[in-house]
Amino acid sequence: MFRLRFLLPLGVFLVVVGFFFVTLRQPEGTREALPSPLINKAAPDFRLTQLHEPNRFFTPADARGKVWLLNVWASWCVSCRQEHPVLMELSRAGLVPIYGLNYKDKREDSANWLAQFGNPYVLSAVDGDGRVGIDYGVYGAPETYVIDKKGIIRYKHIGPVSVDALQKKILPLVQELEKS
Amino acid sequence: MKHVLFALMLCLSPLAVVAGEAQLTNKDPALEKRVMALSAELRCLVCQNQSLADSHAELAIDLRNEVRDMMKSGKSDAEVVDYLVARYGDFVRYRPPMNTTTALLWFGPLILAVIGAGVLFFNLMKRRRRVAETALTDEERKRAAALLNDGAGETKA
Repeated sequence: MFRLRFLLPLGVFLVVVGFFFVTLRQPEGTREALPSPLINKAAPDFRLTQLHEPNRFFTPADARGKVWLLNVWASWCVSCRQEHPVLMELSRAGLVPIYGLNYKDKREDSANWLAQFGNPYVLSAVDGDGRVGIDYGVYGAPETYVIDKKGIIRYKHIGPVSVDALQKKILPLVQELEKS
Repeated sequence: MKHVLFALMLCLSPLAVVAGEAQLTNKDPALEKRVMALSAELRCLVCQNQSLADSHAELAIDLRNEVRDMMKSGKSDAEVVDYLVARYGDFVRYRPPMNTTTALLWFGPLILAVIGAGVLFFNLMKRRRRVAETALTDEERKRAAALLNDGAGETKA
């Protein structure tokens, strides 16, 4: 036992390396993600005007009966550009409807942004002052909520949606929720 | 008479400036103090090592306004905190509540201190035993004395 004592620092070192290895290798976005207290709770209600039709409103009840994604985005949000091609692809595949929550943005900026890069959303609701964002616990765009047929939040993805996150987590969950 | 009136107006003019400033800020200092005191207990979600009171992030400003509005409408501090916890989780609180998920956080340091004290105690006991055991034989004592004298001689030389 005394002879092996000199190996103790090495052992501690390996444990620390192990910790770093596990935590630092987690995919981007999940690392700092905070658990949301809204999971398995009803999606907070709101009534906001639509981006493209300012006279019409959107409320979560309008999407009742289907599984849908609520994606929080803004034209000023750099990571939103990063996830945008993934959302476009998802929208083209038609696997799940994506509704946008246009967060603290100017109408014309958001409309230009969608015109320039493409519009993956069924529609976008305009949350100009970010009040609805606060109700959803948004602390940084982009954030994506998976909401089930009864209007209950089942999952929250923080940060840009990656192909990996879609394939491993979001789409399997959507399929499972669609069965129920 | 005109001059006197002019001088009087000149003397009073600083008051007009003061009145103007007070109107501009138009804040209730007691309310502001309450907002800042509670904000210091809440974490800014964007810059997670700052409190809501310290942060200039846009979300922090929004949340401070939300806190102010709720206080204005007569909500208690506890109600404001509950409102934010319902949306952002316990993480917004700098003083986490005691529950099953935070038990390790609360008692971890105490557990570590107990383990540390135990190890220290154990080692001290072991050392005392060792010191007590090592009584020298006469022969060893002579040898030790010789070595010590030798050493003394060498340093003198």
